[in-house]
Amino acid sequence: MNSCRVMKEAQSVLIHIFLLIVALTCLFPLFWMLRSALMSRATIFTDKSLIPSELIFSNFHTAWTEGNFGVYFLNSVIYTTSVVAGIVIVSSLAAFAFSRLQFPGKNFFFYMFVAAMMIPLPGSFVPLTVLMNQLRLGNTRIGYILCMINVGLSLSILLLKTFFDKMPSDLEDVARIDGCTKLGIWRHVALPLASPAIAVVVIFNSLNVWNEYILAQLLLNDKSLMPLQRGLMEFQGAHSVDYHLLMAGLTIAAAPIIIIYLFMQKHIIKGLSSGAVVC
Amino acid sequence: MSATLTQKKSIASVKSNAESFLFILPAVLIFSVFYIYPFSQIFNLSLREWDGISLSRPLIWFDNYKELLGDKIWWQSLWHAGYITLFALTFQNILAFALALACDREMKLKGFYRVVFFIPPILSEIVVALIWKWILYSGMQEGQHIGLLNYFLNRTGWHHLINNWLSNPETALTCIAIVHSWKGFGWGFIMLLAGLQTIDRQLYEAARVDGAGPLSVFKNVTIPMMLPVIVVVLILTVLGSMQVFVLILGMVGQGLVYHTEVPVTRILTAMQSGEPRFGYACAMGINFGMILIAVSFTMKLISSRMKQA
Repeated sequence: MNSCRVMKEAQSVLIHIFLLIVALTCLFPLFWMLRSALMSRATIFTDKSLIPSELIFSNFHTAWTEGNFGVYFLNSVIYTTSVVAGIVIVSSLAAFAFSRLQFPGKNFFFYMFVAAMMIPLPGSFVPLTVLMNQLRLGNTRIGYILCMINVGLSLSILLLKTFFDKMPSDLEDVARIDGCTKLGIWRHVALPLASPAIAVVVIFNSLNVWNEYILAQLLLNDKSLMPLQRGLMEFQGAHSVDYHLLMAGLTIAAAPIIIIYLFMQKHIIKGLSSGAVVC
Repeated sequence: MSATLTQKKSIASVKSNAESFLFILPAVLIFSVFYIYPFSQIFNLSLREWDGISLSRPLIWFDNYKELLGDKIWWQSLWHAGYITLFALTFQNILAFALALACDREMKLKGFYRVVFFIPPILSEIVVALIWKWILYSGMQEGQHIGLLNYFLNRTGWHHLINNWLSNPETALTCIAIVHSWKGFGWGFIMLLAGLQTIDRQLYEAARVDGAGPLSVFKNVTIPMMLPVIVVVLILTVLGSMQVFVLILGMVGQGLVYHTEVPVTRILTAMQSGEPRFGYACAMGINFGMILIAVSFTMKLISSRMKQA
């Protein structure tokens, strides 16, 4: 009996060692990024101590102003908020109609959105770029925002429709009898009740827009319009020796995501995995 | 009288239908302009020779596809994506499954592990690529290795392993596959752990009472119960790994060397090179899309056969 317990203890220690090693490999590159962001151009190539003797916090300021990361950051905030707001409004309206309202062609349009998610189309950015230039929406904020709304639309409609389908319609019936319009029901009854599903939509799409790179590369040429991910590539192409500033820029790009994640990790993990399963 | 009533009713229902349709109109409009129209154009353009600028787009029918069949670099790029995918399918998913099994019990630090393993998946591919590029850096300054990995190998006496990780054709692709798996295993871990936690504990108990050892429990209880989740994880891994390219743009750049080319970087190169070929790029996109559909369809088919058996 005793030896059995010893075996169990030993097994548990081994499991923890394994898990801790993997956890360390997850965290160490981030630590190395932060550490490198605090060094000078002279020391970053030679000093390999874990915690350098001199920590230069002004690197963040230099990257923010001279590295243009302030502009990139602001652009990322603008794109993320407007795309997510757009997706929430457009997709919740559509999902509400697909779940609750009757009109001809309902199933056709719904399966059109679902099919778009099932068919991978790796080269779709080629004709999209052509179209954006034809519409004179290339290299504009609104063009990039509309494209990104479209990217998140199908999944968000599907997530919200599934949620609406499971939601009891009693409250909506009461509102209808009280003379509430369809739009009023959407605004005052359906949206508030669907807030857990909307949270999933917000989380999934915020991360998607904040981390997006390829459309930003193809559609935006002006530095004043670029979001962070694009700006990082731009910076590393132009200042290949300023690794300390690049690492400061990476920290600026990663920090908001990590901080928000640490505060809301339960919701984020749940939201992202339910989003992935629907895909 | 009744005729006017039905007329009124039908007018009301037309009005109501139109009103309802307004709810999906914004979504349908955006989707038509930014998805359906480009989708139809990709077929159209793939049958033409076009540099993306000139007004004439001569129709050359299937010449782009014929050329693609003989394009060695294209098939090589597909193999590279396949290599990254096979790497992720085995190492990344085995690691994810092992971690999920290790966490599927009452234990200390479980919350900590869950949070930490899911940090790489929430980071952007550019951030991940540039951090690892810096760690794998192969240059030297004042007789010292700049990159952390080479420096570490030098200090610990593994001189013979020091390498130009990302510019050496023999190691570059594997480095990319490792970083890709590092970024991705958290997804599999979370989904597999969620799957494991839905298995009824009594099933394990019953198997143990029947005298089944841990391996036999794993083979006869865990695997069959987990099969649906495993299939989802495998399909997501294949679709995600085959289409990896932002990571490669960040780690080694694009179009300079062929040993890290994947299909999507080929498509990008075709449309961004000095002599852009939009038609050829579209043909590549369609060819690659059909391969992806075929692969995921086959996987679904195999899994449904396995369920029946």
